[in-house]
Amino acid sequence: MFLTETKRFHFLLLLIILHSEVEQAYAVWPMPQQMSQSTDRYPINPQLLAFSYARDSAAQSGCSVLDAAFERYFNLIFPDFVGGTGLSNIWSEPKPFTVSVKVKNGECDGFPDEGSNESYNLSVSAGQAVLKAESVWGALRGLESFSQLVYQDDYNLYFVNKTEIEDFPRFQFRGLLLDTSRHYLPMPAILKTLDAMAYSKFNVFHWHIVDDPSFPYQSRNYPDLSSKGAFHPMTHIYTQSDVKRVIYHARLRGIRVVPEFDSPGHTQSWGKGQPDLLTSCYKGKVPSGTFGPVNPTLSSTYQFLNGLFKEVTSVFPDSYLHLGGDEVDFTCWRSNPNVQAFMAKMGFGSDYTKLESYYMENIVNITAALNKTSIVWQDVFDYRERIPMDTVLEIWKGVPADYRAELGRITLAGYRVLLSAPWYINHISYGQDWRNAYTVQPQNFSGTEQQKKLVIGGEVCMWGEYVDATNLTPRLWPRASAAAERLWSDEEKTSSVDKAFPRLEDFRCTLIRRGIQAEPLFVGHCKHEYSGL
Amino acid sequence: RLATLKVNVWTLLLTVTVCDGWLFDGFAARRHSESDEVALWPLPQKFQTSVDAFRLSSASFQIVHAKESTAGPSCSLLQNAFRRYYSYIFGNGRKHGKNLENVFDADLAELQVQITSADPECDGYPSLKSDESYQLEVNQPTAVLKAASVWGALRGLETFSQLVYEDDYGGQNINKTSISDFPRFAHRGILLDSSRHYLPLKVILANLEAMAMNKFNVFHWHIVDDQSFPFQSRTFPDLSHKGAYHPYTHVYTPADVKMVIEFARMRGIRVLAEFDSPGHTFSWGKGQTGLLTPCFSGSSPSGTFGPVNPILNSTYDFMTRFFKEVSTVFPDAYIHLGGDEVDFSCWKSNPDIQKFMDQQGFGQDYRKLESYYIQRLLDIVSTTNKGYMVWQEVFDNGVKLKGDTVVEVWMNNNVDKELQNVTGSGFTAILSAPWYLDYISYGQDWKKYYTVEPLNFEGTAEQKKLVIGGEACLWGEYVDATNLTPRLWPRASAVGERLWSDENVKDVGSAYDRLVKHRCRMVRRGIPAEPLYIGFCPHEYSGN
Repeated sequence: MFLTETKRFHFLLLLIILHSEVEQAYAVWPMPQQMSQSTDRYPINPQLLAFSYARDSAAQSGCSVLDAAFERYFNLIFPDFVGGTGLSNIWSEPKPFTVSVKVKNGECDGFPDEGSNESYNLSVSAGQAVLKAESVWGALRGLESFSQLVYQDDYNLYFVNKTEIEDFPRFQFRGLLLDTSRHYLPMPAILKTLDAMAYSKFNVFHWHIVDDPSFPYQSRNYPDLSSKGAFHPMTHIYTQSDVKRVIYHARLRGIRVVPEFDSPGHTQSWGKGQPDLLTSCYKGKVPSGTFGPVNPTLSSTYQFLNGLFKEVTSVFPDSYLHLGGDEVDFTCWRSNPNVQAFMAKMGFGSDYTKLESYYMENIVNITAALNKTSIVWQDVFDYRERIPMDTVLEIWKGVPADYRAELGRITLAGYRVLLSAPWYINHISYGQDWRNAYTVQPQNFSGTEQQKKLVIGGEVCMWGEYVDATNLTPRLWPRASAAAERLWSDEEKTSSVDKAFPRLEDFRCTLIRRGIQAEPLFVGHCKHEYSGL
Repeated sequence: RLATLKVNVWTLLLTVTVCDGWLFDGFAARRHSESDEVALWPLPQKFQTSVDAFRLSSASFQIVHAKESTAGPSCSLLQNAFRRYYSYIFGNGRKHGKNLENVFDADLAELQVQITSADPECDGYPSLKSDESYQLEVNQPTAVLKAASVWGALRGLETFSQLVYEDDYGGQNINKTSISDFPRFAHRGILLDSSRHYLPLKVILANLEAMAMNKFNVFHWHIVDDQSFPFQSRTFPDLSHKGAYHPYTHVYTPADVKMVIEFARMRGIRVLAEFDSPGHTFSWGKGQTGLLTPCFSGSSPSGTFGPVNPILNSTYDFMTRFFKEVSTVFPDAYIHLGGDEVDFSCWKSNPDIQKFMDQQGFGQDYRKLESYYIQRLLDIVSTTNKGYMVWQEVFDNGVKLKGDTVVEVWMNNNVDKELQNVTGSGFTAILSAPWYLDYISYGQDWKKYYTVEPLNFEGTAEQKKLVIGGEACLWGEYVDATNLTPRLWPRASAVGERLWSDENVKDVGSAYDRLVKHRCRMVRRGIPAEPLYIGFCPHEYSGN
């Protein structure tokens, strides 16, 4: 049939559209810094896919992180594979496909840390993929990208297209906060979250492990903290081996575990197992029977905290410890005559922010003496406390105008900063609120280049008031993935939310295929729907 | 010591607490803390309870047919329910030791279920007229549940299972109790939307389970819509073959639909299917050419389609055959015909439709054309001997409706006025406007759903009687199998109590305490119902 010019044009347009759809099918989330692909595709037969260490790789067989990753990614790439004969490519002779990994420095038995190099290069050509990375942590990111490049056609055969990727994270600190105090999160929920974090290239699990409502951390030195402060002393706790398991699971995925022991506020549950730790509130001249923040006037307080932090820093290998320091209510301190006397003695007048500063300075120093770097919430900076310059401040308050101003102030003072204010994704609303998380510009504030470099990353926070194991996963994913791309990818290349939409839709179906119950962005379907409950 | 506390239902817990201080010794005080664990949801109309506790032994406790019952072991609906509630009470295969001898006065040996009507309706389907009332007497050595039909017995079994509480030793106990209960409204529905996202069967069945735990009795299945047509029709297989997201993996086969209907029937739940037209039918057009109106751009077809084409005889031939099938597939006496949100712009663009409008003397009033379509559709459905339900626009647009039509009020502006108008015209109404649970927000929005009073509009007592219930709607734009269940429960439970319990049961504070426990009970039974606020369940959800 004769095609008119217009119809021919439409036909071409259609081809272009089809072409771009094909490209979307094997996009990578979060988007790599540099990526080029061609339509040349190579079949991959599950029987004949091999992961191997390059000859000149510093890591070789026996490298725990990568050995485990090879096994994991094989199963993620071939979710249907059950061993045995399986599918074979009926169109051509089965060809082997090798993923060769070369790592410059081993670090196989180490823990990821702030200095970890996560960059990698990936080159996919006929019959092989070559993955090069400085460290095993970069190799993990590269394996994740490779796994997302492999796709199934309509006949369920696996393919990967010719691809070149040069990739590295925009921010070194890409965190996700879970709150295990307001609701206890059973181990499977935490481990599954770590799995999903790796799929979105998050690298810090900020474990807000205790707070007012409960103290599930089972301490070696102070067992009463959890036996009296947890929701239940046996079923709603994290034992030492649970904590080890979380750290182990995270390490294998290149994820740091930064615990938060928030004080002096948010400590009601601590008081149950540690008498005299909290300030006794007064009603007139008598104790009212209620308790306020940690009592900052007693030396026993600092002895206890020194003991607790000594334990915590030996249990958690990361070089950071989150000390909290947010939302301290002064009314109880004010009511207590001993605290008043201490204020007078110290010459604080009636400025209770000075008392809080005194407390925070003390515990930051305890942490520093244990060779750990402190992270604290922005309140600590706002009270003009004298804290070491290597302290990291985390911004959690306010609308964009507020947190931008705070970014400016904190970095001007020379402190490093983490942004979480726009990523409180426990705040849900109707519709596609992932778009808000996506369009955040963490370095868009007035300041010098030097100041902008002090923004070391950000965190997605899933506070636990309304969240437990029943609804955690669909509330987190894929909304947290939106922030993950903002923290990993180039901002200019990922400036369009609408272009991100179809990619994120695909990625959420990938998550579902991997057993993560990521909720839908909008109407539509996944080829394989979530089959759980 | 054996004093029975006769208390007003709203102060029950408070009263027990107060009495506990002076009436009983320490032993009884421990009992109190256990009976405090009991949280009935939705709250029964009338009940009395005492602190006398009986123990239930998982080895010997039975649920049986009473001698006088008109139903017996051949009533598979009850046989299944007995097993289900035994499992809920004791957990699957859970056993505990015999270390509790002598702690309690006595055992409760069995629950006898007595159906009193000549026809227990074992093999029937629940309907709008089903009698769901029941009486429950828990005493030693047997408890007796009396109901006119199996439908009331199912509600009573749920209540009985909620009365059982676990003590600190893991034993199951129940207190001496007397309950007389019946629903305030006859239609207590949940709407699920399987078109905007396909919902695997497993999710639908789990939600029927949860509905029974909350005494809901209507599953409003919004089965097809613009986005997809997963209902596999025997008469018109192309509808799902071309209109579903996927012709094999994203469809409901006749066997699937049967399974849903039977699973629901076993729980006293009606399945009310909605086939919404003339709008919301984009997916219908893929498998049924010529059904939708071709939209025009200027004087030529634009290639897009609008609502069902109301001017063609072929449309009505199709609808006749299609609804004939639907009416045999779904046993319920009602079909929901939709009729909402019809966009007139496509009709306006189409020259054939304009011509038809002129012929009919409709002028430019496209509402008249819509009414013309609905009218003819209603006549078609009437010939299948089904009643019909419609969204409020159909009433608003002045379509002539049969006397038994149920009008569903969904628009959240002027709800009271709408209820007043619908009932003022003598039609029955159900309310869903305040209960669009797909609209999520941060915090405890269940309170908002809980404090709705459906009969707060101005009208006569006669008019109020015409409001036969309500529905919690979970539209599917942002919901699929990944998040449906925790998003629906326990938020829908708030609606469940509003529709079952007495209108004076409205204290949010005491509802909170009960609902917290009720949600833990759902979690224990495998339903991932989300938390109301900070806290914990003794047995957390472990399903992921």
